[in-house]
Amino acid sequence: MTATATSARSDLSELGRSETALRTFLHGLPGVDQVGAEQRAAQLGTRSIKTTAKAEAIDLAIRMVDLTTLEGADTPGKVRALAAKALRPDPADPSCPHVGAVCVYPAMVPYVAEVLAGSGVHLASVATAFPSGQAPLEIKLTDVRAAVEAGADEIDMVINRGAFLAGRYSEVYDEIVATKEACGDAHLKVILETGELATYDNVRRASWLAMLAGGDFIKTSTGKVPVAATLPVTLVMLEAVRDFRAATGRQVGVKPAGGIKNTKDAIKYLVMVNETVGPDWLDPDWFRFGASSLLNDLLMQRTKLTTGVYAGPDYFTLD
Amino acid sequence: MSERVAVRKTYKLFIGGKFPRSESGRSYLVQDSNVSLASRKDARDAVVAARAAVKGWAGATAYNRGQILYRVAEMLEGRREQFVALGVPADEVDAAIDRWVWYAGWSDKLPQVYGGANPVAGPYFNLSAPEPTGVVAVVAPEAPALLGLVSVIAPAIVTGNTVVVAASPAAPLAAVTLAEVLATSDLPGGVVNILTGKLTETVPTLASHMDVNAIDLTGVTDAELATELEVKAAENLKRVLRPAPADHDWSADPGVTRMTVLLETKTVWHPKGV
Repeated sequence: MTATATSARSDLSELGRSETALRTFLHGLPGVDQVGAEQRAAQLGTRSIKTTAKAEAIDLAIRMVDLTTLEGADTPGKVRALAAKALRPDPADPSCPHVGAVCVYPAMVPYVAEVLAGSGVHLASVATAFPSGQAPLEIKLTDVRAAVEAGADEIDMVINRGAFLAGRYSEVYDEIVATKEACGDAHLKVILETGELATYDNVRRASWLAMLAGGDFIKTSTGKVPVAATLPVTLVMLEAVRDFRAATGRQVGVKPAGGIKNTKDAIKYLVMVNETVGPDWLDPDWFRFGASSLLNDLLMQRTKLTTGVYAGPDYFTLD
Repeated sequence: MSERVAVRKTYKLFIGGKFPRSESGRSYLVQDSNVSLASRKDARDAVVAARAAVKGWAGATAYNRGQILYRVAEMLEGRREQFVALGVPADEVDAAIDRWVWYAGWSDKLPQVYGGANPVAGPYFNLSAPEPTGVVAVVAPEAPALLGLVSVIAPAIVTGNTVVVAASPAAPLAAVTLAEVLATSDLPGGVVNILTGKLTETVPTLASHMDVNAIDLTGVTDAELATELEVKAAENLKRVLRPAPADHDWSADPGVTRMTVLLETKTVWHPKGV
């Protein structure tokens, strides 16, 4: 894997210029051993993380949470409350760190920006006709520019799965490049929607495609289709960012999103990050969790560790 | 042909409608049987199961809950001989069956007796309705093994609470056998969860657990432990039932107190529109 990629190092930046070159490269990536990936992910999930290591993992996971609300029913009041929670997840404990970012729809960005200003909590917004990505490019770019203008410093875009699955890789590539340009200084997270890509091979190809096109983060899912983030899919993506850094020297972040509901799951992901790509990625700048209900469980587990008694959901906010 | 070897039963916990072994893998020898020695993690799991069952059980109609409790009495009647074989006196089994039926009957009557319209000076209907308090931790009395157990479980669940019961460490067989009765009685999984083992391991965890709403200390005989548990329970203002006096007569009319202390009153003001 690494060897193939390194030999291609010099022409990686040229790949986007021709559909054929891009296809040849992506289809030249080694296939994923499905059984092996699933077994490896399951095996890493059996690690037991306790006491002080658990406390550190929980704090790290809290700092990595992209606190998300992507509902049709989002109101300014609701997202403000969510942003306030992002700043101080556990009002009863000042030692609790703030989360990584708040993730909302573009229309809600201004309300969140007011609350988060100067806090160090990032403000992410989904754009580019989220969640389907099925809109003309110009509309997607306008969507992105509006979100950035309103104060978002991270943009979560969805790739055009229709084009990707049809094999029109250049189209997907060009869209990501254009979106990255529209982002300006904002970080670009590229949502692959792995639940719709069907195979791990496709996940690997989409990961490389997104990285080649300039994505700063690759993200598993929108959370709007039945299959969201899974451990094996994240493993494939972590391997991709590891190999990409080896090939190009550029580090790309990973964000599993959707379906990560409790501390146990989150810690499994952290173990996998550490074992697959190493501690360089164990940082909110390089690894994030897209989640909403995860945070409360992290807080309950954190409270259990600090107070010694099991916590109950009645003592944490509903959101 | 070799002689048949009888299947020997290993008694397990009862959590969420299932019969798991203790998470710790431990067991202890009591009443000539191997019984699971529950850990604090089993207690935690039981609370999770009980909490998950609250919505469905509290939301079931009173009539439905009454039917299910009556069904428990039916199943207990069918397993009468099994309890007698465990050493439970026959008349105690009968009394336990009758107690299920007695509490089953209260399911739709208690709200009528303890709720109703309040006279108010204003254009409102003002109604008070008793509602279950949620998850109740129960320390079952050691004796009488079956009647005592039924007398603490039935009043808690008939109103829609779910329970985590710490069975008596010295006489747990009646409790684990009752779990088999409950599992075949249409009682939704998690409404009753039974832990066996040392009280000092499981009960302090339950008493301090923030997701437990009430604790019934009936079976605690050690005064010091009782005090410790009450202190822990105070942290989130659990409703507390004090330990029963040693000479408590379990066969006497139990009255409604055990049901009413585990209720919360919801009062609704409804405009009359005049």
